[in-house]
Amino acid sequence: MTKTVLDLVVNGESRSFAVEGHRSLLDALREEAGLTGTKKGCDVGDCGACTVILDGKPINACMILAVEAQGAQITTIEGLQASPDDLHPLQQAFMEHGASQCGFCTPGILIMAKHLLESNPLPTDEEIRFGLSGNICRCTGYTKIFDAIRTAGKRMAETGMALPATKVEA
Amino acid sequence: MRRFEYHAPNSLEEVSGLLTSLGDGAFILAGGTDLLVEIRERLRTVKHLVDIKKVPGLSGITCSAAQGLRFGAMTTAGELAAHPGLAQLYPNLYDALCALASIQVRNRATVIGNICRASPSADTIPPLVADGASIETWHPDGARIIPLAEFFTGPGRSVLRAGEIATAITVPPPQPGSYRAYIKHGRRKAMELATVGVAVSLDTKDGICTAARIALGAVGPVVLRAPQAEALLVGTRLDPKTVTSAAQQAMLECTPISNVRSSADYRREMVGVLTRRAVQQVLEVAA
Repeated sequence: MTKTVLDLVVNGESRSFAVEGHRSLLDALREEAGLTGTKKGCDVGDCGACTVILDGKPINACMILAVEAQGAQITTIEGLQASPDDLHPLQQAFMEHGASQCGFCTPGILIMAKHLLESNPLPTDEEIRFGLSGNICRCTGYTKIFDAIRTAGKRMAETGMALPATKVEA
Repeated sequence: MRRFEYHAPNSLEEVSGLLTSLGDGAFILAGGTDLLVEIRERLRTVKHLVDIKKVPGLSGITCSAAQGLRFGAMTTAGELAAHPGLAQLYPNLYDALCALASIQVRNRATVIGNICRASPSADTIPPLVADGASIETWHPDGARIIPLAEFFTGPGRSVLRAGEIATAITVPPPQPGSYRAYIKHGRRKAMELATVGVAVSLDTKDGICTAARIALGAVGPVVLRAPQAEALLVGTRLDPKTVTSAAQQAMLECTPISNVRSSADYRREMVGVLTRRAVQQVLEVAA
């Protein structure tokens, strides 16, 4: 099988690696880029654990071939915080509310919540539900997840992290 | 994932040539949200994927009251749902798009992929059939424009020939006094295939129904029209008694099967319920 050299910008950093045509972006991120924060749950687009932002839009990394992402800008869970000691308001709020049980769904939910809050920092419960409808938590921690997202949204609105300048289309 | 060769041609001629020369194991890759699942779950034997994303002219949306709607093969469900004017002009298609899978999937899945997959439960097909949409195709022997209602020949099958590529969908502009709705019924709201989907598009003049188109999803081998139920509505003021009898007629015109998602009897019952509700929804908007 021939390999294609893939050039990506992952979390603001240019990355380059060779991938076979049948490999998913998820496998490339985890195994070639070493970014194992993005989880492989179902591998068929149902669970949302592998959610990443590709060119401004949240997608399931298992549902795209790595070669299709040639030249793309990707944000994974590793890119959520500005620096190792500087937690994103979502991470802080998830810790405070105990919104993570086994933690497997958490990276995907954080990415999806970031996408939601950046354009809508004060969402209604229905908007959170709609925004997270492609992310499954099997520890049934949704109540705490919702609490954490509301808290993070308020802080993001106060600190200007959810300005129209950062608004992204659904 | 099972291994396959990936091809990314730059023109429709090359896509068609590859599909023809590579034979039965070659498939078009657009969004991939259905195809990649089928490959992983070994439902489809794929030796070659022909990605059409580098082919120019397959993206773009035009949507206006005067021109109607046109979108290309690379238009994703998320992109179309977010397009200005779509929710106002085609609320039936908008509701179908928002009910399709999840935000993440909609950002990859193409509408024409959903159509060409030719699943009887595909959400986008009933509203487009009810609105008289056409599908444009390209083949070295010539381009075609096919009414969407005549496109499907069975579950997973269409009139597309080997090497023929669906390039765009067009929908006529909504006429003044016309109203449309699509209702999806499933066990849950997201990440769900329709148990039954009903689209109703009605034209009215001075409170009288002048034309009716009912399209029923997931209750037959293809998305079905219900011509006798439609005929019952035409010429009436859409009073509750007429609507109920048309809904009962639609139940007689569908041909559901039992499967993992529902029994045939339940599907038939829901065709009645949803047809009535869809007409009611249309009347509420019209009022």
